[in-house]
Amino acid sequence: MHAIELPSYLEQSPEVRERFDRLKQRPVRLEVKGLSKEFETPHGTVTALKDISFKTHKREFVCVIGASGCGKSTLIRLLAGLETPTRGDVFLDGQVVRGPGPDRGMVFQGYTLFPWRTVKRNVMFGLEMGGRGRMPAEEEAMQWIELVGLTKFADSYPHQLSGGMKQRVAIARALANQPRILLMDEPFGALDAQTRAKMQAYLMEIWKNIDITILFITHDLDEAVYLADRILVLKAHPGEVQELIEVPVPQPRSPEQFLSPEFLATKKRLEELIHPPQPDEANGDHLNMVRMVSVNDDVESVF
Amino acid sequence: MQWFAARKQLSSRPRLILAIMSFVLPILTWSLVSYVPWLWHPKVEITEPGDVSYFKDGLLVDKDVFVNEAARVSEAGGAMPEGRPANPIYLPAPHEVVTAFYTAFTTEPKRRNEKWLHESLWSSIQVIFWGFLISSVFGVPLGILAGTYDFFSRLTEPFVEFFRYLPAPAFGALAVAILGIYQAPKIAIIFIGTFFQQVLIIANTTRKLDPSLLEAAQTLGAKNHALLFRVVVPGILPDLYKDMRILLGWAWTYLIVAELIGTSSGITWFITQQARYKNFDNVFAAIMMIGIIGLTIDMLLARLGRNLFPWQRAGARA
Repeated sequence: MHAIELPSYLEQSPEVRERFDRLKQRPVRLEVKGLSKEFETPHGTVTALKDISFKTHKREFVCVIGASGCGKSTLIRLLAGLETPTRGDVFLDGQVVRGPGPDRGMVFQGYTLFPWRTVKRNVMFGLEMGGRGRMPAEEEAMQWIELVGLTKFADSYPHQLSGGMKQRVAIARALANQPRILLMDEPFGALDAQTRAKMQAYLMEIWKNIDITILFITHDLDEAVYLADRILVLKAHPGEVQELIEVPVPQPRSPEQFLSPEFLATKKRLEELIHPPQPDEANGDHLNMVRMVSVNDDVESVF
Repeated sequence: MQWFAARKQLSSRPRLILAIMSFVLPILTWSLVSYVPWLWHPKVEITEPGDVSYFKDGLLVDKDVFVNEAARVSEAGGAMPEGRPANPIYLPAPHEVVTAFYTAFTTEPKRRNEKWLHESLWSSIQVIFWGFLISSVFGVPLGILAGTYDFFSRLTEPFVEFFRYLPAPAFGALAVAILGIYQAPKIAIIFIGTFFQQVLIIANTTRKLDPSLLEAAQTLGAKNHALLFRVVVPGILPDLYKDMRILLGWAWTYLIVAELIGTSSGITWFITQQARYKNFDNVFAAIMMIGIIGLTIDMLLARLGRNLFPWQRAGARA
């Protein structure tokens, strides 16, 4: 197991503690109160989320993490208004939200760019919906496109872009509406490791410079610890809040911190929460291998 | 080179050769049957009647009739009839049909009130055009609405599903009774044949639109009619266009039945008339003209489609 002695993930340096104190003084941007979601299926009622409550402060970066099937996506869809909660409410700046709206921008894993619109016109979509005229919308869109470094591709169609570029367009499109919170549903899940690392750095850069609160869903533990101020850990069946972790890794973050003791300690804690040790036989999830190579084989053992 | 690899595309040269062969092979078969005297040729064309009283120059008789008559004449010691193997009149040789492509247009109609071939063709194209247009004016919006809103889907589709099993030609007599005997009932048959399929096909195409695009649009502030006109409609346009091409092909298949209703008209009238005069070369030419016009229109529309929708992935359909 861990040969190195790690500090507790609860231990915070004075600077980090002081930062969290200040963070909690900020106004509450998003508040979730007793949120539950049940689905009717032919096999009865399934509780996807049960009694979820938490708060997000202004310009905070919160990651939601949990084992598959814990209702992460249901949670973010409820926040976006794409689903209606069975019980409970979502408040944005103290106002109850109902239905989807441009005040909560969303970035999906599947990019969801409009294939018939160029990059520029994709970013203009929300502005046009907001009643902006074509000329000002175009001007504004170009600023956002420049911000994500895609000016050269403004007139390209989505199918001409790489996955990372598509996701940058999707982020620019969501930000162009100047939402109060940015909801991101495993946005980098489909990208290769290198592009993903680059995108994480871009996102941190955007977050630093824009008045935006981010709620970010992921199943990648490194990604969660690297990006988040706080991590909301969900438990599956039914989806419940298991713990809200204050990440002790100091801000601003950099890739060198991946091996710092605070980082590893937080990751270890997440590992324990999400993959609790359990006997393999219990879930029937194991192979039944026997040796099928002859004893006289040229390669006697792979080791 | 591998000629038979499952789900693998051949390189461009063999593909072109095979495409040409797909036309050459049937034409070759036809030519063989037409020009090689010992292949099929069940008839004898009389070149010299001899002493057979009813034989005339150019008459077609069955082979065994010719053999019997020849045997009878030779017994009686009369002048022997002569002839050469021939195919039945309903199978003209390729060159005759090719010539007919030209002569059919230049031959004057037998009666003064009858139409030239180009006038008949034009009349057929008009029937297709109006039938398809009227169907689309109602069918496309209804299909899109049914594909987008469950309300319209439930309100229309069960009935449409039932109605599309009623064969369009069955409405012929009714159409004549209501709309008279000229073009209107023919257009109505094309309409009935197209409309109900159109609603269902377009509703299905609309349902295939990625629902996450609608969700994304909603989180960007799109509502109701903006969702319909700014997301659904542009999103399905390329597939809608493809559907329309297929549906137009079906409309052509209803043409012949439609034109038999009331006073026979258009290309169908030409075909039946020429068959009556036993000008089967003209009949074949006219049938092929329908195919050529249909294929040409479809290829033009396909080419146009590639330019209309530049966001479609290039190379997906070569």
